[in-house]
Amino acid sequence: MAETPQNRAHARPMSPFLSIFRWPATMAASITHRVTGVGLALGMILVTWLLVAVATGPGAYDSFVMVAQSSIGRLILFGFAWAVAFHFLNGIRHLAWDIGYGFKLPTALAASFVIYGLSILGAIAIFACAYHQAGLL
Amino acid sequence: MSDRTPFSRVQGLGAAHSGTEHFWRERATSVALIPLTAWFVYAAVHMVGQPYASAFTFLHEPINAIAMLLFVVASVIHMTLGIQVVIEDYVHTEGTKLALFLANKAFGWIIGIACVFSILRIAL
Repeated sequence: MAETPQNRAHARPMSPFLSIFRWPATMAASITHRVTGVGLALGMILVTWLLVAVATGPGAYDSFVMVAQSSIGRLILFGFAWAVAFHFLNGIRHLAWDIGYGFKLPTALAASFVIYGLSILGAIAIFACAYHQAGLL
Repeated sequence: MSDRTPFSRVQGLGAAHSGTEHFWRERATSVALIPLTAWFVYAAVHMVGQPYASAFTFLHEPINAIAMLLFVVASVIHMTLGIQVVIEDYVHTEGTKLALFLANKAFGWIIGIACVFSILRIAL
């Protein structure tokens, strides 16, 4: 685009990048999908630790439980639960997009907010069930 | 109008010498992971606060061992494909990119083998 007095007045950058755009919910959801995906890959280390611990014996299992029950452990597990919920729900939305549904802007925006809301509720629900299972709720 | 040879066109492959396997495998594993993840969340919640014997007994059940194997294998394939795309998007130095590709593959293999071996050890 040639530089004209008109676009210079708006100080438009010639190569817009992330920092230039405002953050619509769809873009935030897309980035969150990727970040939760990487987080879940790291979370697989915890799944592996649990399975190896159960295969190894009671001592290894108790060490896992001790770390998982600590404050930091619970915080990490809550983050893991939320990442599972978000990536699960937004992943289903991606599959819908792949077959051509949900692309209308109002639909895509609304779905993004719904997915953020439901994923937080989902993480809370998972923790409530876990606390109930452990006899704490 | 195309300047591609009929053989090249019938293969459906472009200059990248490969087709849509990556995209397709990521989608196929994501569909498989919908029920498997729901089951995994159920299984994880089920084991919370239980003594060692309960966790062992749960994973010793063939149906649970099979579900856990499916979940782990689908997850490892899905995550390896996903992380590869992240590397491709952000790393443009050939040497670093190759090193990260290998690290990603190694991570997937280590997680996969460790999980599968452990599940079989518990179940068998």
